[in-house]
Amino acid sequence: MARTLTFKVFRYNPQDPADAPHMDTFVLDETESMTLFIALNRIREEQDASLQFDFCCRAGVCGSCAMVVNGRPTLACHTKTADYPSEITLLPLPFFKLVGDLSVDTGTWFREMYQRVESWIHTDLDFDPNEQEERMENDVANAIYELDRCIECGCCVAACGTARMRQDFLGAVSLNRLARFIIDPRDKRTDAEYFEVIGNDQGIFGCMGLLACEDVCPKELPLQDQLGYLRRKAALTAIGRKGPKNPQLP
Amino acid sequence: MLTLYTDLLCIGAGLAGERCAVEAAGAGFEVICLSLVPARRSHSCCAQGGMQAALGNCAMGEGDCPDVHFQDTVKGSDWGCDQDVAWLFAETAPVEMRRLAHWGVPWNRVEPGVHTYYKGGKPFEKEELEENRGLIHARAFGGTAKWRTCYASDGTGHSVLYTMDNRAAQLGVQVHDRTEVISLIHDGENCLGAVARSLRTGELVVYLARATLIASGGFGRIYRNSTNAVINDGGAHIAALDTGMVPLGNMEAVQFHPTGIVPTDILVTEGCRGDGGTLLDKDLHRFMPDYEPEKAELASRDVVSRRMTEHMRKGKGVSTPYGDHLWLDIRHLGEKHIRTKLREVDEICQYFLGIDPVNALIPVRPTQHYSMGGVRTNRDGHAYGLTGLFSAGEAACWDMHGFNRLGGNSLAETVVAGGIVGQKIVEYLKGSEVSFPTGVVRDQVARDQERIEALINGENGSENVFDVREAMFDVLEYAAGIYRNGDDLERGVGELQEIHERANRIGLKTSGVGANPELALALKMPGMVRLALCVTYGALLRTESRGSHTREDFPERNDRDWLSRTLATWKDGASLPNLTYEEASPVYTIPPGERGYGGGKIIPRDAAKEEK
Repeated sequence: MARTLTFKVFRYNPQDPADAPHMDTFVLDETESMTLFIALNRIREEQDASLQFDFCCRAGVCGSCAMVVNGRPTLACHTKTADYPSEITLLPLPFFKLVGDLSVDTGTWFREMYQRVESWIHTDLDFDPNEQEERMENDVANAIYELDRCIECGCCVAACGTARMRQDFLGAVSLNRLARFIIDPRDKRTDAEYFEVIGNDQGIFGCMGLLACEDVCPKELPLQDQLGYLRRKAALTAIGRKGPKNPQLP
Repeated sequence: MLTLYTDLLCIGAGLAGERCAVEAAGAGFEVICLSLVPARRSHSCCAQGGMQAALGNCAMGEGDCPDVHFQDTVKGSDWGCDQDVAWLFAETAPVEMRRLAHWGVPWNRVEPGVHTYYKGGKPFEKEELEENRGLIHARAFGGTAKWRTCYASDGTGHSVLYTMDNRAAQLGVQVHDRTEVISLIHDGENCLGAVARSLRTGELVVYLARATLIASGGFGRIYRNSTNAVINDGGAHIAALDTGMVPLGNMEAVQFHPTGIVPTDILVTEGCRGDGGTLLDKDLHRFMPDYEPEKAELASRDVVSRRMTEHMRKGKGVSTPYGDHLWLDIRHLGEKHIRTKLREVDEICQYFLGIDPVNALIPVRPTQHYSMGGVRTNRDGHAYGLTGLFSAGEAACWDMHGFNRLGGNSLAETVVAGGIVGQKIVEYLKGSEVSFPTGVVRDQVARDQERIEALINGENGSENVFDVREAMFDVLEYAAGIYRNGDDLERGVGELQEIHERANRIGLKTSGVGANPELALALKMPGMVRLALCVTYGALLRTESRGSHTREDFPERNDRDWLSRTLATWKDGASLPNLTYEEASPVYTIPPGERGYGGGKIIPRDAAKEEK
C-alpha cells in the first residue's frame, strides 16, 4: 500500500522582511523509487513554488543537495523515501550561511577554504608542451584519486562538533584536501609548509575525534584515516623525522 | 544597481569557461566567471568516462596519432563537422592532456605487464610495455579506431574540474556563483556584457566586459528525460538568441546516450561498454552484433541508440511501469574492476537502483544527453553576429561534432577549445577598445526589470509556469526524439508556437521576493520554448538523416542537399526562428563517405538534383 508522506520543512526567506523562520508541512503520496529529489520538486510544482532548495546533477556526484534529513546531513538526491518513516523532517545544513529554506551557501566557504590551504599543485617546473608527460606510478595516481573524490557537499563540516563551536575550523574536507597534495609527487611543498597551515587548533588539533565526518560522508572517504595520518606525520615532522606513509599509498 | 566591470566575463564556470578564464588570467587580464552553482558543481563534474587525445601510450593505442583521431571525429560527425576545427582539436588534445597532468589531474597510468580486457563479453589479453610505464593510459570508447580516452577512474570530469578550479583560484579568477544571466548587453555591433540576477537575493547586477564568453554547457533540460544536470536549461543560449543577431547552429542535432538508467535517466558511462560491457534484450540475448557485426556496442552513440530503439520496437524490450528498457551487463568485468574503474557506476546502481552491478543487470534506455548545437562560432570561438562575444564547450557550435559527437570528445573539447579560444580572447583583449554607452545599458536593464515586474504582478496573464514547461516536454518527446518524421514535426512546431504564446502569458503564483525559484524559471520559460522551436523547426526542414538527426520519412543521408549547417536567429516578436544554411565545412580533407557502421544510404554530393 502506498504511504502518505508528511514532510516538515524549514522555511525562511531572509530577503523578505515579513518572514520569520518556521516549519511548514507538506503532504505527498509516496510513489515507487521516490527520492527527495522527486518529492521536493513535486512539492514545489504542485504546492509551493517559492520553496528553495538546491539540486544540480541529481545523481550523487556534484554535492549541491546536502541537507539534514531526520537529523542527519546527507545528499537529498540519493535519499530514498522508502528508507524513512512516513514523517520526514528537512532542515538546511548548519554551519553554512543560509540562502533560504533548505538552500545554503557552500560556495563561499569552500572558496575561502581552498585559498587557505592553497589547494593547488605547488611547483617551480614550467609546463613544456613539447615534452612527454612526467611519469607517475598508477598506484600513486589511484591513491590521489581516492582522496580527490570529495564532492564538497559540506556534510562533514555540518556534522562536525568542532566546526559547530569554532567557525575557523578547517574541517575534515580541508584536511583530506591537503592529504591529497601531500601524497602527490608533483606538489613540491615541504612537510613543514603543510603543517604551517594545519598544525594548529584550526586544523588537525581542533578535532575532538567524534568521527561524525566519516559517518556522514556520502562518498565514504577515509577521513579519519587521513586525520590520524596527518597528526602522526605532524608530530614526527616536528621532531625532525620522516613521517609515516599515507595509508592510501600501496 | 550594482555595476561591475571586467576584461573577460565568462558565463559559466565549468571546464570550458574556467579553461578560458585561466588563459586570460594567466595573461594578466581580470576575469569574472558567473555560475548558477559553485564552480565545482558545474555539469562538467558529472562526466565519468574520459577525454579523447591521441597520445598512443597504451598497447591498444599503439600507432594512434591526431590524424586517426581526426578521421574518427569526422566520421563520427557524419560529415557534419567543420573539418578545420576537428583537425585543430585532434592536434591540440594531447598537449592539453599533458598540461592537465602538470596541473594535477590524477590520470590513470600505464602499468606494464599482461592484462586481461573484455570485448563483447569475452576476455582477451594485451601486454603493456615497460618503456611506457607511468605514462597516461587510455580506455576504449565508441566510434574510435584506437583506445584513446584518457581517464581518472570514472570520475574524470570531477577530477579535471577540481584541478581546473584549483588553477583558476591560484590565478585569482573570480567566480560569482549563484548568479544567472538573463540578457546580453549589446549596441547592435559589440557585445558589452550581461545583465544577471543574483540567485541569493534576486537583485539584478550589471556586468560590463570587454569580452564576453558563453560557456554555459548544454540545454538538455528542454527535454523531460535527460542525463543533464538540472541547471542545463539553456539560459545563456536564450540570452544569445534574444539579441536577434547571434545565430545558434545545428539546433536539431540532439544526442541521445544509449545508457541512461531507468527510471531516473542518470547516465552510466560509455566506459562500461568501452571496458567490455554488453547490451542484452529481455531474452538476455546480446543483440547489437546482429545489427552492427563489426562495432557492436561500440558503434557511435547515435547508431547504438537507434538500434536499441529499433530492437525495443520489435518487442524485445523489458516492460516496466516506466516504459521499456534493455539491460547493460558488466558483471563479467569482475568486482575489482567495477569497484575501482567503474566506481561511480557502482555507486549509481547501489544508490538509485538498489542493485549491485557485480551480480545484477543494469536497466538502461537511450536518453537525451548532449547538444551538438549551440552558439555558432568561427574557429577562433568568436560568435557570429556580435564582436566581443565568444563561446566554447557544449554551449558552442564550434563545430567539431557535426551531427553526432563521439564519447570522450566533449570533455576533451571543453579544455582543448577552452585553451584555444582563451588564447584568441587574449589576442582580442590586447587589441580592442570598447566604450560602454550608458543608454544602451540602461535600456537593457529597464527591459529586464519590466519583464520581472510583469511576471510578479501577473500583467500578461496567469499561466502556470510548470504547466507550460510540461506542455513543451510533451511536444519534444513525440516530435524531436530519436526518430522523427514530417507529420509529428509539423504538428510539434504548431503546438510549440501555441505554447510560446502561453509562455508569454505566465504570471507568478508566489511573491517573487528574493531568490525565488518560480521567477527564475518564469524568466526563461519563453526562451526555452524558442530553443525548442529552433530544434523542432530545424528538424522539420532538414529532410534527411544525418548522425543523431533521423527522419523516418527521409532515411538517406543527403549530401547533395544537406551537407550544411543550420543557423537559427530569432527576430524580436517573431513566432518562428529564421533559418539559413552554410556549408558544413570550408574544406573536405576527408571527402564525404561511409562511416563503416550504422548502415543507411547516402545520396552523394554530386548526384543529380531532383525536380521539386
